[in-house]
Amino acid sequence: MRIRIRHEITQRFDPGSRNMAVTVRLTPRSHEGQFILRWTLDLNSDCRLAAQEDAFGNLCHTFSVDGPTDHLSVVAEGEVETQDTTGVMHGTVERFPPSLFLRQTDLTEATPAVVAFAEGARLTEDDPLGQLHALMVALHETVEEQEGPALGGPLSAHAALEAGKACSGGIAHLFTAAARHLGLPARHISGYLAPEDPEEGEAKREGVGAARHWAEAYAPKYGWISFDAGRNLCGTEHYVRLAVALDAMGVAPLRSAGLEVEEQVSALDSRGPQKLAQAQSQN
Amino acid sequence: MLSRTADNLYWLTRYVERADCLARILDVSQRLSYTPVTYGGSTNEWASAVLTAGCEDEFVARYGPLEDAKEEDVVSFLAFSPENSSSIRNCFEVARTNARSVRTALTSEMWDVINSAWIELQSFPNRALTRDELSRFLAFVKETSLRFDGATFRTMLRNDAYWFARSGAQLERADNTARILDVKYHVLLPEKEHVGGPLDYFQWASILRSVSALTAFHWVYRDSVKPWLVADLLILNRQMPRSLAACYEQLARNLDDIASAYGRQGPSQRLARSMQARLTNRTIDDIFQHGLHEFISEFISDNNKLGAEITEQYLT
Amino acid sequence: MPHAFDEMSSTDGSVRPAYETLQRWLASVPQDVLDHRRKEAEFIFRRIGITFAVYGEQNAQERLIPFDIVPRIITKDEWGTLSKGLEQRVKALNMYIADVYAKREVLKAGVVPENLVYQNPAFRPEMNGQRVPHDLYVHIAGIDIVRTDPDTFYVLEDNARTPSGVSYMLENREIMLRLFPELFSMHKVAPVDKYGDDLLATLRSLAPHGGHEPNVAILTPGIYNSAYYEHSFLADKLGVDLVEGRDLFVKDAVVYMRTTEGPKRVDVIYRRLDDDFLDPLVFRRDSQLGVPGLMSAYHAGNVTLTNAVGTGVADDKAVYSYMPDIIRFYLGEEPLLPNVPTWRCREPDHLKYVLEHLPELVVKEVHGSGGYGMLVGPASDKAQIEKFRAKLVADPANFIAQPTLALSTCPTMVEKGVAPRHVDLRPFILSGSDKVRIVPGGLTRVAMKEGSLVVNSSQGGGTKDTWVLDA
Repeated sequence: MRIRIRHEITQRFDPGSRNMAVTVRLTPRSHEGQFILRWTLDLNSDCRLAAQEDAFGNLCHTFSVDGPTDHLSVVAEGEVETQDTTGVMHGTVERFPPSLFLRQTDLTEATPAVVAFAEGARLTEDDPLGQLHALMVALHETVEEQEGPALGGPLSAHAALEAGKACSGGIAHLFTAAARHLGLPARHISGYLAPEDPEEGEAKREGVGAARHWAEAYAPKYGWISFDAGRNLCGTEHYVRLAVALDAMGVAPLRSAGLEVEEQVSALDSRGPQKLAQAQSQN
Repeated sequence: MLSRTADNLYWLTRYVERADCLARILDVSQRLSYTPVTYGGSTNEWASAVLTAGCEDEFVARYGPLEDAKEEDVVSFLAFSPENSSSIRNCFEVARTNARSVRTALTSEMWDVINSAWIELQSFPNRALTRDELSRFLAFVKETSLRFDGATFRTMLRNDAYWFARSGAQLERADNTARILDVKYHVLLPEKEHVGGPLDYFQWASILRSVSALTAFHWVYRDSVKPWLVADLLILNRQMPRSLAACYEQLARNLDDIASAYGRQGPSQRLARSMQARLTNRTIDDIFQHGLHEFISEFISDNNKLGAEITEQYLT
Repeated sequence: MPHAFDEMSSTDGSVRPAYETLQRWLASVPQDVLDHRRKEAEFIFRRIGITFAVYGEQNAQERLIPFDIVPRIITKDEWGTLSKGLEQRVKALNMYIADVYAKREVLKAGVVPENLVYQNPAFRPEMNGQRVPHDLYVHIAGIDIVRTDPDTFYVLEDNARTPSGVSYMLENREIMLRLFPELFSMHKVAPVDKYGDDLLATLRSLAPHGGHEPNVAILTPGIYNSAYYEHSFLADKLGVDLVEGRDLFVKDAVVYMRTTEGPKRVDVIYRRLDDDFLDPLVFRRDSQLGVPGLMSAYHAGNVTLTNAVGTGVADDKAVYSYMPDIIRFYLGEEPLLPNVPTWRCREPDHLKYVLEHLPELVVKEVHGSGGYGMLVGPASDKAQIEKFRAKLVADPANFIAQPTLALSTCPTMVEKGVAPRHVDLRPFILSGSDKVRIVPGGLTRVAMKEGSLVVNSSQGGGTKDTWVLDA
């Protein structure tokens, strides 16, 4: 499947700001399930863009906006060819052994409530893959996916569980936190989801949009497998993987010491009719 | 040097200078308030103290109308109030905070003055002071600024740090002198000349006292106190260290020293020189003819503008 | 508790040779003279503003650390042993950190368990695979040493992040020179005032690029930090700028400071700011103290941060217990300075032992510091022990336990005259790209309360001047 993506971010600054450093994590990498056909980053400000790899092998760019200005706008745009791998990831950039992804973070803290939830989904036999699926099902039944800011500030694992509803990022936090508690390495993924039925796609996912978070978990013998507990399925050719980290903070598409951020994200099947799944979020 | 260091030095000296000025204002107000009304004492001396300190709004919000300002309120507000950001206590607090942030740019002697003053300040009781205690307090404040200036003059390297420190003090000093004139200008105006009685004498003398210039006046003019001479001394006379002209002579020189050390000059040098020229080329008759009040108001606003230019050019 | 070794007086009442002169002098000087000098010392400290803040204490924002006027004496031979052991230890620490962030040989060989690294909050994934200038991580180390008998010095703790206290080491000496010149004329005391020059030389040697004279700055969290005095003190001694995060900015992966003459490039930053606050684009995003983009300059190799980011992975108390093995693994040598035997409560059989012996052990949090959150078994009552037991059982991996060591004592001025008090020692080890530098001595901390083993300044501990005799 060929997916066209456009991701626009507007970062506000205090008027008159100078020398504002910004990091964007907006460049996907190829692996066996996806091939980047073309990708460009466009800024409304003149600056030198040099790609660096972050801790997890994501491509990011840190640059400085000279100013004085009150905003920065970044547009990432490109086209990706994907194929279905039944959720099993091959050829991804790996910088750590899986056991690193047992690490807790503030957003994926195993609070007593999270622990109780994970224990409730624990299987008796030693079957990591079955365990992860059981966890996904339990999560899908416990936390309702909520429309809303997919890329904003997702809830922590604990808060998502408490609320009983969360956006895809909060659900991914709970999935990774619970899997880690059960001794299974898990990590946070950001990316895009193209509509499955080009005709109906827009209506079906109104408000949720093309930006999406999910999780990957590690099962010996299989490797890393993607789990989207909000939709209760493993990754398909409709998913484009952008960044990987321990939690949503680590995959943040833009970080700076600025004020609020606005985003517009669209992904569409570039062979079919031009239907957009479009999201706007603010934080 | 670091912009923040320069900024801290500049404000440190400004706050010490401001504390000194407040102490003089309180001193003079206290003295005038003992003076019988027939000899120039007036009931609203305390109100004009608040006006001169430039914190009228904050004061009124706390204590009610200015006309009814009471001595104890004004003293506690200007000297000690934590709510008044420019009270003497706060000036010393801020000065010490700034000094701590730039300790490496101060000589140990300068730090010692500020730190000791801050420690001593804690020893003054947190209640209304008796008149005796107040006098001792004011003497302590004035002595601190003298010691600080002395330490600065005697121990600091003559480099950009020194020039920024001195610029802050000169700018603040010019502002303070201008404010005293701004509040009291009416007693200097010619219409009052015919009165010429003891009332006016005490008012004029009190202006001179508030800048410690009563003795200097007699040495300079060898004449009895006359309003236009008072104005001349405070505005144009370059011998008088608190006059606007003297302040700007120093200020322009300090800014030029910075510019030549850095090999580059900018808007603050140009503005300082043009203001210095204005003060050198005018006569006091000239100023009275064009309006003393207008002259002073314009000066205060230009002086503020220079502060903003220095900040923009060096301190951010 | 066993009888503590006193560094001045042997159990038979005789005076150990190094202390003979001092002992005679102490006996000859009237008590009121000593009292007077002590007050004088306190006055000087307050006057020059050597203060520190105690966390969680209101109205005590600035407090003095008690200074004890009786010096501690270490012989040349003792120091020789110590300094060799310290150099070995720091070398191993550096090799360990470099390995953990690159090839991970130490994990593959099973010397250190993987989860102790990967699950360690002080491990920084962001440092993985990143070369740091000159491959050195811990440029300024403070290794805490305790002594139990004439021949045994233990390493109690490694401080590989931002060890503090060196300003006290230097100021203590200055004050002693002022107050007791006669004592110095009776002893040959190795000077410490070269520390400033040594530190500057070390920092300069670490600059990422040769060529121009490197611009060094000290980065402080600001005047409200408990160690601010030390930050400004060091900037003064080194003659370098003391900067806050807002004084710096990053452009095209180069760090600049804002000066009155415009931006000026910075090559080496001696940062006294924790990793978490360094760069809001990478670590805590609410940090107002850091420099946005700093890590991008660091990764590009355009600036040296001392100490490096992520050194905490080497200095928590759980890793500590593996240090002897780490030294053997990298250097193929036996550790010259032994570790205090340590039980890791994360291991079930260790935990079992610890729970059975709580009243006689010292139990510490793995990531604790400053003497907070620890249990000193012999000094605690039943209720305190039971309360701690509950904490320990709830989260065993967070604790280690050690036997209660009889820390050596040194003569110390107390209210009733001179009496023995427990001490430790923190020497400072500087690792530059050219060589290792250690100023003889270090900071001696003393528990001012009788019988107390907690020397931390936040718990009322004091300091002493430390003399390494040159002959």
